[in-house]
Amino acid sequence: MSAIGLSFVDWLIIAIYFGFVIGIGFYLKKFTKNENDFFLAGRKNSSWVAGLAFLSANLGAVEILGMTGNTFKYGMFVAHFYWIGAVPAMLFLGIYMMPFYYSGRIKSVPGYLKLRFDERTRVLNGISFAVMTLLVSGINLYAMALVLHTFFGWSWHISMWASALTVAVYVTLSGLMSAIFTEIIQFFLIWFGLFLVSVLGLIELGGIHNIMARIPQSFNTLWSTSGNPSQNGMMITWGGIVLGLGFVLSFGYWTTDFLVIQRAFSAKDLRSARMAPILASFFKMAIPFIVILAGLIALILANDPKSGFHLLTDSGHLNYDSAFPLLIARYYPVGLVGLGVTALLAGFMAGQAGNVSAFNTVWTYDIYKSIINKNASEAHLLWMGRAATIVGIIISLGTAYWAMSFPSIMDYMQAIFSWVNAPLFATMLLGMFVVWITPSGAFWGLITGMFASFIMYLAVKFSWISLSLITLSSPASDMAANFWRAWWAWLICFVVTIVISLFTKKKPKEELVGLVKGLTKESLNKNIIFFKRPEFLALISLVVFILLNIYFW
Amino acid sequence: MKPIWFFVGLILSIMGMIIEINGIYLLIHPCPVKKVLSYLHPDIWWGGVMIIMGVIFILKNKNVKIL
Repeated sequence: MSAIGLSFVDWLIIAIYFGFVIGIGFYLKKFTKNENDFFLAGRKNSSWVAGLAFLSANLGAVEILGMTGNTFKYGMFVAHFYWIGAVPAMLFLGIYMMPFYYSGRIKSVPGYLKLRFDERTRVLNGISFAVMTLLVSGINLYAMALVLHTFFGWSWHISMWASALTVAVYVTLSGLMSAIFTEIIQFFLIWFGLFLVSVLGLIELGGIHNIMARIPQSFNTLWSTSGNPSQNGMMITWGGIVLGLGFVLSFGYWTTDFLVIQRAFSAKDLRSARMAPILASFFKMAIPFIVILAGLIALILANDPKSGFHLLTDSGHLNYDSAFPLLIARYYPVGLVGLGVTALLAGFMAGQAGNVSAFNTVWTYDIYKSIINKNASEAHLLWMGRAATIVGIIISLGTAYWAMSFPSIMDYMQAIFSWVNAPLFATMLLGMFVVWITPSGAFWGLITGMFASFIMYLAVKFSWISLSLITLSSPASDMAANFWRAWWAWLICFVVTIVISLFTKKKPKEELVGLVKGLTKESLNKNIIFFKRPEFLALISLVVFILLNIYFW
Repeated sequence: MKPIWFFVGLILSIMGMIIEINGIYLLIHPCPVKKVLSYLHPDIWWGGVMIIMGVIFILKNKNVKIL
């Protein structure tokens, strides 16, 4: 392992970023006067602000480094995470689900579950989301320290504490508002700080056609090798991609995870909230031009002995995450290195701020106010939100130190989304579109789906059953196992919810008005010209999505 | 309250200027360790792009206030 050195100018740029985000926290504090400002950013954001924040909350540095490394390992198939694994779900959220979510009565996703079903389902989802969010936040903190230590030789402790304290300061001061501001700054820093790697790589290797020509077919196609798992780098069939990633995992994350949906809740009106995920879908489709392209460039350079480019190794194993930092070191002169590192740091910190701001809302409304103090005043809830931020950061730091001494926890984290989000998507889908689904059906369906996903994970990990029983094919990668497990968890939750609903007490229809399709007055888009309607923009996004898939077929 | 776009412009301009000035300095006093494609001087034109984008964001939003 070798560290990449930084000069005074690089450090200056990093220091400016830290000073800037703390300054924003203090600037926004005077505009954070009540709980609505703190938890929902005052509900005054435009569709562009909400949309970019919606995307950026998901665009962490761990993902950028990991997906670039995965492209090196699996090839173009990784682009499925950005296209079929995101775009259809984002459009579905904007067109069909947001009208039920966006309401003055609902402040969080568990809040919707309380109104549609009952308190049990809300608390179950609130607690599982809070635990998942803090675990993810802590693991990300550890991953950030690992990257900074490995590539730049920084101290573990200083990296973790400096970033955690900075996030704690600005989120405690102004809540979701400052989290959204820093997420949008992160979005621009990532594009300006990292896209240049792809540009310079394209120049060095002679353009996109030369790059594609130098990569084996199993690595440079999206669908044409998906019929046979042994012919593609990811060892998965198109069925696993479509059902596991494109349907369950993608819809489970983008349409139910409060971390991203909270950004759309901050929009000033329903039309802006619906536009947020639709606008975000365009930028999501563009991310592979940073991440996937960089991975392919690294792959070609590493296979060319004359290039002098080699991934770092850990105990004899290739460190795939080193691809992006090493490309920065290859192309960037002094100053630009600082910008690239700042972009990665911004990605880490904005991701952490996103997790903490979602946690403080769910804790305050769906756990504290729901179970512990039902009569809490507005001022008390604002205080509780700030306290939850600090406690959340402390727990994240504790989790990060736990991960330092027990690194295999990272393996479990990769599966946690399919435990929580995949079954929740079945609950949401049935809740929003089927009137006769009952509170008991939703509660027991959700528990069964989560439990089934967890058991499947353990059964494969400890070889109680063969992996091919879940993936329906052999060979299969860990990623294929994640996709298929999510599908089965969703299906189990879906079936159990329906069966139990057939035999249990339904909610009166008058209590479901505004929460379920069929009982809600369709009053969208009145007096809006067609090209400003969310549906029109969603159609354009869908066309771009289809063209990209055909071009890289 | 100033819109977020104003702050985006501010940080892009500041960082762009630092990269631009440093790039010009390196043009006059070249670093002995050459990076791949260093003859293209990416810091100079990329810093310039950041300054232009940053200034556009600042000018478009300098008088805008969000209630």
